[in-house]
Amino acid sequence: MEYTEIITEAIGTLTVNKLRTGLATLGIVIGIGSVIALISLGQSTSQAIQSQIQSLGANLLTIQPGAVSTRGVRGAAGEGTNLTLEDAKAIKTSSQVTTIQNVSPEFSRRTQVTTGKANTNTQIIGITPTYEIVRKISLDSGNFINEQQVNSMAKVAVLGPNVVTNLFGEGVNPIGQTVRINGQSLAIIGITASKGGSGFFNQDDTIFVPLSTAQKQLFGADYLSSIALEAKSPEVMVDAQTQVGYLLLARHKLNDPSQADFSIFSQQDILNTASATTSTFTSLLSGIAAISLLVGGIGIMNIMLVTVTERTREIGLRKALGAKKRLIITQFLIESVILTFVGGIIGIGFGVIASYIISGLTSSPFVISPSSIILAIGVSSGIGILFGWYPAQRASNLAPIEALRYE
Amino acid sequence: MNGKPIIQTLHLFKIYKTGTVETVALDDVSIEIKRGEFVAIMGPSGSGKSTLMHMLGALDTPTKGEYILDGESVSKLSDDDLADIRNRKIGFVFQAFNLLPRTTALKNVCLPMVYAGISKEERIERAKKYLQMVGLGDRLEHTSPQLSGGQQQRVAIARALVLSPSLILADEPTGNIASIQASEIMEIFQDLNGEGHTIVMITHEADIAEHAKRIIHIKDGHIVKDGNDHQQRKAGK
Repeated sequence: MEYTEIITEAIGTLTVNKLRTGLATLGIVIGIGSVIALISLGQSTSQAIQSQIQSLGANLLTIQPGAVSTRGVRGAAGEGTNLTLEDAKAIKTSSQVTTIQNVSPEFSRRTQVTTGKANTNTQIIGITPTYEIVRKISLDSGNFINEQQVNSMAKVAVLGPNVVTNLFGEGVNPIGQTVRINGQSLAIIGITASKGGSGFFNQDDTIFVPLSTAQKQLFGADYLSSIALEAKSPEVMVDAQTQVGYLLLARHKLNDPSQADFSIFSQQDILNTASATTSTFTSLLSGIAAISLLVGGIGIMNIMLVTVTERTREIGLRKALGAKKRLIITQFLIESVILTFVGGIIGIGFGVIASYIISGLTSSPFVISPSSIILAIGVSSGIGILFGWYPAQRASNLAPIEALRYE
Repeated sequence: MNGKPIIQTLHLFKIYKTGTVETVALDDVSIEIKRGEFVAIMGPSGSGKSTLMHMLGALDTPTKGEYILDGESVSKLSDDDLADIRNRKIGFVFQAFNLLPRTTALKNVCLPMVYAGISKEERIERAKKYLQMVGLGDRLEHTSPQLSGGQQQRVAIARALVLSPSLILADEPTGNIASIQASEIMEIFQDLNGEGHTIVMITHEADIAEHAKRIIHIKDGHIVKDGNDHQQRKAGK
């Protein structure tokens, strides 16, 4: 008997009880649909994180002060005061460091910012003009902070778009107006273009001021919170990390890298951490979806067992007329595979629609990988064979004399 | 009649075990049926006639004894080999017709040919021929509910004939049919026998058994009477 005939016959049988067929398929639809949607969600999230981190610069290295031990009491990482403007200058000028193009010393602190009418709590970052290059800042209007303003401790500020909205409202151009930070009045000279938030700090919700102004006028500090470095190319990142690391160790009079009172990390490090997190999350969600797929498979088995019982006479007759075991098994397996295959296809449809909607709502990229679709088709057909096997086996082992036991 | 046996059973036993209780359904049954015979097997319910029918139809294997169907021993074959024997050598006509539900007369008649591996074109051609033969040439696309009992049984007969079997095995073929249609069915059987087909029919109705040339009476698993009733009656007169 040719397969096309068995398939046509199976479709005929399945369409007789449409409600039952539909309900049996529903479990697989939900299972496959959620697997597709969740895999897509995971991939789109990790792509979004990647592109955000990449947009901050692939050549970017960041130095942060490490934990400092003061008389045996170890402080938290990033809290230290041991990173100085001199360190930044040394990196820029040292002959040992050949792979760094730009150095951006930064001092940041959160504080309350006010105008006459409104106030907000935001991140203030003291910077030099290289920040614009290293951190890939683009301006929406006005100008960025220049060298002269840094040298003269000018009371000027460049605002992120979120700060503008928080302080002045939507659609207002505040250039020329002032903001008050820690009792000082700063003139607004520029607005940055929106970049979207990354997981670590939201650049749109930031006020940029000259480094000298931040250190001396606003916060009275002489250390740096971080130094951003731009390597000459992504290929020399590792070299750059080593060169800068040894330079700073020498400057801080430390002879062992394990004693380092600072840490240097690249965007790649952050990317790897973020990817690991998302992939864990994705596999967790997919695991839950797989359970629903399993439940769907059991539903198929249940329906197939009912079908076998209902069709005892038909099976007996077929055997009486010469159908061999293998043919009966094939017939029932094909029925269950059609159920799960069709369920899988519909599930893929729903999954794709769902992930399209989710990506629209979260404004993350819409990603459907062909591999997840092939996997879904394979898995759903596999479930058909796996859970259809026992009912089919039972059908094939029925004695043909059952067909004659009618009355 | 060429005297070559189609059916030969040698000391056939069938014993069913339910827990510790043994039921002997067939007790040392030896019969021989020759090509071209029309045999009725009669007996009250529980006499073992259905069990005998299962044995003769290769639907079940005997506990003990030998069964030779058309020269082939079938007593110890596997399920699949039995299926093959049934497909090639036996045409079944059941009391309940046993047509596939929601399936046309034509496709029902095609079914045994599907299992015999005959091409689709030939299947349809042959099915049409046999349906015309049983007078249903205009009912090819009808499904069971659209056919009367007699018509359904004629579809079943066409299905039984379509692979030219050595033996037609009918189990109470008129049991579910109105009496006028029943006599039509019996006429078909007599015509088929006239054409040389070997027919074995199980029945408990004496007037139906009358149509056969030889009647075997079975009771408690034994053959109690075996003979040509017509001839016996004629001889008796």
